[in-house]
Amino acid sequence: MEATAFYSFSILAIASALFILFSKNLIYAAFALFMAFLGIAALYVLAGADFLAVTQIMVYVGGILVLLIFGIMLTQKTNRQTVSSTPNRVEVEQSRGIQGFLVGTGVFAFLSYVIISSQFKMTGDIISSRSTIKTIGVELMTSHLLPFEIAAILLLVALIGAAYLALNRNPAS
Amino acid sequence: MNTIPLEHYLFVAAALFSIGLAIAVTKRHFIGILLGIELMLNAVNLNLIAFSRHDPEKLSGQLFALFVIVVAAAEVTVALAIILRVYGFFKTVDPDEVSELKK
Repeated sequence: MEATAFYSFSILAIASALFILFSKNLIYAAFALFMAFLGIAALYVLAGADFLAVTQIMVYVGGILVLLIFGIMLTQKTNRQTVSSTPNRVEVEQSRGIQGFLVGTGVFAFLSYVIISSQFKMTGDIISSRSTIKTIGVELMTSHLLPFEIAAILLLVALIGAAYLALNRNPAS
Repeated sequence: MNTIPLEHYLFVAAALFSIGLAIAVTKRHFIGILLGIELMLNAVNLNLIAFSRHDPEKLSGQLFALFVIVVAAAEVTVALAIILRVYGFFKTVDPDEVSELKK
């Protein structure tokens, strides 16, 4: 049962990623990324990380993906006559495709070799089925307090920086 | 519960990472490149969480993945703001055509 769910969600995530890779339409690619994020969130649940799965859905699907789709819509081509038949088209050069294929397969072969040749010795107990929220909250407020605060500062800086960068969009000012 | 071996998670994450890298290399669109980067960050998070299964007391991997998500959100907002500025200045979203430093 669990294996079936794991493999079907893995196939969902990888197929969505491959669809992004081969899609020529950027909006379709963004929605395929949505499916990939959902598949990865399901894999998080299967790995015992329920809080992370909910965070993944809220942050990525609710925030980042909406931002990306806004970005796609705000950066449309101005000459609509030439691209009206194929909107949001992304050009991929032939040589670029070959390079990307070579880099992707090379990295995957290298990572597979590393994973196969390494033999991980896991000493700790496998996580039980109880919720991880309490552990994450206690750890965040005790031993990981400094990274927590730094993340808060980083989010504030990113908010101010993004608002400042995106506010004055006319080149005259 | 949790009978999936660790290597299967690692293989799925490796495949997602490779596909994300190929997307980031091949797409000739700034936002397409961002999609690939997001996919790579998710693959890394999957690795961290898969290893964190064997650490139920401290959950270091899940905490690390949480911070990676935070940094990814910040990165995407700033990158989109920069893309909007570049689009307003150059009127293009092709990274090859933004070659002002070469002139």
